[in-house]
Amino acid sequence: MTVIAEPFIQWSWIFAHGHEMWTYTLQHLVLTVVPVVAGLAISLPLGILAQRHRRLYNPVIWIAGFLYTIPSLALFVLLIPLTGLSLTPVEIALTTYTLLILIRNIVTGIDEVPAEVVDAATGMGLTRRQTLWRVQIPLAMPAIMAGVRVATVSTIGLVTVGAIIGRGGLGQFITDGLQILFTTEILLGAVLSVLLAVLADAGLLGLQRLITPWTRKALAGATS
Amino acid sequence: MDEEGPRGGNVVNNFTLGHLIHWFTTAAHWSGPDGIPNRVFEHVLISVESVTIAAAIALPVGMYVGHRRKGEFIAVTTANVGRAVPSFALLVLVFTIMLRILPANLAYGFGPGVVTLTLLGIPPILTNTIVGIQGVDADTVEAARGMGFREREVLSRLELPLAMPLIMGGVRTAALQIVATATLIALIGGGGLGTYIVGGIAQSDTVQTIAGAALVALLALFTEFGLALVERRVTPRHTRTPRRWRRIQPAAGIAPPTPVGL
Repeated sequence: MTVIAEPFIQWSWIFAHGHEMWTYTLQHLVLTVVPVVAGLAISLPLGILAQRHRRLYNPVIWIAGFLYTIPSLALFVLLIPLTGLSLTPVEIALTTYTLLILIRNIVTGIDEVPAEVVDAATGMGLTRRQTLWRVQIPLAMPAIMAGVRVATVSTIGLVTVGAIIGRGGLGQFITDGLQILFTTEILLGAVLSVLLAVLADAGLLGLQRLITPWTRKALAGATS
Repeated sequence: MDEEGPRGGNVVNNFTLGHLIHWFTTAAHWSGPDGIPNRVFEHVLISVESVTIAAAIALPVGMYVGHRRKGEFIAVTTANVGRAVPSFALLVLVFTIMLRILPANLAYGFGPGVVTLTLLGIPPILTNTIVGIQGVDADTVEAARGMGFREREVLSRLELPLAMPLIMGGVRTAALQIVATATLIALIGGGGLGTYIVGGIAQSDTVQTIAGAALVALLALFTEFGLALVERRVTPRHTRTPRRWRRIQPAAGIAPPTPVGL
């Protein structure tokens, strides 16, 4: 029988580790932003290309789906020979996980822009490139941002797994806590990670409303 | 596992594909409790048990809520919560909680593993069942009632078959996530293929670590393709997802199209 005498949560320990909470949370944020931004930088050109040339769509999605299927810890480890034991393989792996969600949402978003709107843009003398950046991408923004939100939230969760092979991020609380079976520290890592995911999701939703003011009006119109 | 640095660098320099082939062709790695067959068996067993329990809980609840057509909030909330809670954190938490309330021999390994994996499997199955059943055209359901179908028959003969593609998609997502996360139960002494990875990292044995990762990746891909075949078998031909939809849905879908957009 294991006897653990300490209380379930030691508040004093939490208050004494404010500095670490801050550091790990900031690290976690950076470790999340890098793969999401990198994923977006890869997905946007690929998505636009696959939307224009339909034949490319299935192979692109197939490869992204293949990478997505490989479990995170396994993919981290498989990249170690290329990168060394650090958080670099974690960042590369997390970037590849965002591709499936982002590419799919980019293509769906552009697909759903009404053909009349694109025709009107062409009729007004916009070139294909101008139509893409001034009409199609802005109108696809809600779908693209929905993809970014899902990618961000799942990346925040997976960054914690990265602490198994490297150091840093809120997963550090969980791996350190596991080694000494200290519930307070584990719970702190878990709660902060969920909190970060919820805040990031809400923040991105706010950003989306800000950059697509017309959807906000449509929403207000629908409810009133 | 504590420090990165010279140790990690050395190990990496020593690794070649030849080492990996040698590891896989060593007879000792194919027998005994730490042999590949037994580790695969452990990994598959805990995964199958967890998917089964998760489905046994999520399917009836999802059918009831979906049939009542009041499930949007529950569906979206479970999907979001399931996505926001990190599986690694959940596993370690369940483990330490069980360590407090159970004798140590029950609290290590398999027990917390099954509990965590089941908890992870419930959201995708529940969400997809609710969304699938609720998505059945209301007029069609009315027509069935008008033809004298009882509520039970509406569910079993109309809503369930029509929702089957989405439900199976949910089961597939759950299974894949469970197989992936079962890798982590090695951290709490639960066995499975993750044992090679966790042990390899602890002993700085890069070859064993990578061999374990390769096995995990293979098992996940095998699961994904195997379940895709099963899905084709059990889905009534006329209710299969139209090609047009399949494009929008994830290959290893984390959620059905509706909640993703919310």
